[in-house]
Amino acid sequence: MIDTLLDLAPAWALAHAAPLLVVVPMLAAPFLVFVPSGRIAWLIAIVATLASFVFALILLGDVQSTPGGVVSYALGGWEPPFGIEFRVDALNILILLIVTGIGFLAAVFSRPTVMAEIRHEKHPFFYSAYLVCFTGLCGVAITGDAFNLFVFLEISSISTYVLVALGASRDRRALPAAFQYLVMGTIGATFYVIGVGFLYAATGTLNMADLAEQMPDLADSRTVQAGFAFIIVGLGLKAAMYPLHQWLPNAYTYAPSFVTVFLSATATKVALYALVRYLFTVFQPDFSFEALAFGYLLMPLGVAAMVVCSFQAVFQTDVNRTLAYSSVAQVGYMLLGISMGTVAGLSAGLFHLFNHALMKGGLFMAVAAVVLTYQGATLKDFAGLGKSAPWTMTAFAICGFSLIGVPLTAGFQSKVQLIAASYDAGLWWAAALIVFSSVLAVIYMGRILEAVFFKAPDNPRKIRGEAPLLLLGPLWVLALANLWIGVDGSVPYGLSQNAAMAVLGGGAP
Amino acid sequence: MLEVILDKGGYWLIIALMMTGLYIVFAATNFIKRMVGLSVFQTSVFLFYITLSKVAGGTAPILYGKDYPKTYGDDDQSGPADGVAPVLDPGQGPGEQGPASGDPSAGDVEPAALETTNDAVPIAGADVYPAYSGVEEVYSNPLPHVLILTAIVVGVATLSVGLAIIVRIREAYGTIEADEVREMDIIVATAEEMEDADGDGLPGPRTDGGQTEAGAPA
Repeated sequence: MIDTLLDLAPAWALAHAAPLLVVVPMLAAPFLVFVPSGRIAWLIAIVATLASFVFALILLGDVQSTPGGVVSYALGGWEPPFGIEFRVDALNILILLIVTGIGFLAAVFSRPTVMAEIRHEKHPFFYSAYLVCFTGLCGVAITGDAFNLFVFLEISSISTYVLVALGASRDRRALPAAFQYLVMGTIGATFYVIGVGFLYAATGTLNMADLAEQMPDLADSRTVQAGFAFIIVGLGLKAAMYPLHQWLPNAYTYAPSFVTVFLSATATKVALYALVRYLFTVFQPDFSFEALAFGYLLMPLGVAAMVVCSFQAVFQTDVNRTLAYSSVAQVGYMLLGISMGTVAGLSAGLFHLFNHALMKGGLFMAVAAVVLTYQGATLKDFAGLGKSAPWTMTAFAICGFSLIGVPLTAGFQSKVQLIAASYDAGLWWAAALIVFSSVLAVIYMGRILEAVFFKAPDNPRKIRGEAPLLLLGPLWVLALANLWIGVDGSVPYGLSQNAAMAVLGGGAP
Repeated sequence: MLEVILDKGGYWLIIALMMTGLYIVFAATNFIKRMVGLSVFQTSVFLFYITLSKVAGGTAPILYGKDYPKTYGDDDQSGPADGVAPVLDPGQGPGEQGPASGDPSAGDVEPAALETTNDAVPIAGADVYPAYSGVEEVYSNPLPHVLILTAIVVGVATLSVGLAIIVRIREAYGTIEADEVREMDIIVATAEEMEDADGDGLPGPRTDGGQTEAGAPA
């Protein structure tokens, strides 16, 4: 399929796929402000995100057919150590596929929920902010320049604050949530800038590949170590690493449903990618993991997230909030995989990252369908939906099973890989805790599914019907993807394995 | 000891500002004050970058004096004597010029890093852009200034979005004190729990009056 795409694509698209992936949504965003109708804005957003997705597929073909597995694009013709470089390898092509793919599906799905939750005259602005956010996330994933990464990170974050705050028309608590997110997010980004400043002071370069070359000589430098600490804390805040996740549950709960769908599947993933990029590429693993014994910090945090946040998820009555806490717990799984510092661990972590984007995207889409009539998503609103909206809720259940890790779903595949990796690394207790945390997932998902399928509707006069077709389509795409990966996970697992080998120095096979 | 402290006076100032800003962010309950703290915190980082870029005795990075007549395309590398490194000249470092706060690039932060800075940057540059290899005057490093210009723009955008959200909070809650907002949220949350408890099953909107005009769904 990718080969035919490469054959069909015109030469300019092949040569400039990397910048176009970012530039198309970026240029579409300000244009949307002048569009009078929400429907046209929606269509433009779909086209722009679809274009990015196609460029991501082209880049995938490029990366796989390039001998070194690295596609580098010098912006404006300035050679890499000086100019800004877009650099795509096996690791970030995986992230780009997730962001653009989910971004496209979410854009298609957005129309009914945006109609219901956002004032009509605001729709073009809303889609404009969405495209800016999308641009920022793609930019973070594609750039090879440390400072450019900060700029893209803030482009996406600032538009995210706006998008979260727009949830105020449904529930005013979105406003303090957005403000808290803004404060935490800005502190995180500023920490990141301080860290980059230290690295620049020590090396005189901002290009990641160039930084990586100079790092081995500077492993003892206090400047570099301080920079490392600042960067990890800053990116950890953005990625909702366990003790730094306080902004996430509120932001996800009160944001407009569509925003939650998009953010849960992409935003923390992209920050996590940046973390992996720094841990494994810029600072070599023997610096991050041996010299600073960083695995011993990251691993307990990951495990703590898995257990503590799963417990917190059990006690929530709002389904959005349950899933938000579950997201933090899932970030814990990924951190655990990353913290092993082995090819098996990292590829399992990335595989789980990929699957989590699919399952959480699907779950939040189903929740959005419920919010469409009830303005809320408490357990009570879900009662009895299994009878009145079987298609929506079956998809919800599939994604839920995947989150738990039931066999024949995507979640099972990646959890098995994680358990195998931690067993190989001699961490049998981590493997046991993965199973334990999955049991907690059975409880919190079980509560919701019980309400859906075995309880009578709370208010028989107001029964929720099936979700509109525009919601059902993307939802079922994600649910079927979960099943397909559950049966045959070789494609995404192969991608994550390539990514892990690329960053751990084995080279893409 | 005192010398060591004074030597890095600029950095101490920056650290003090940074901590002040962070403290305000966490201690203030007023949303506007929090934004002020955030701005102070960000500004300290801007200053940090600016101090990094100052080269002792350096001037604005515009070719002048002996450098001026040189044509840009000139590939002749024999002009300046060997060892006169351009842009970041080790000879102009703290050793000769005496310590000054906010000294050349990395020098103050970490002596071990100094050599790498001075070797790596200009030599790598000379390979690709030979026109700049034989500069004789001392210039400050322009790059951090450019970076910080970008960061300032980002900071302004964050500040304005933050203030806009505060305006909306004032409209929705009638206050900009964080603890009062939290109290009102707890009251709403408790009311929701009660509604669940009596099981009358009327879902209803989850907000009270203030928001309905904005929230009328289609």
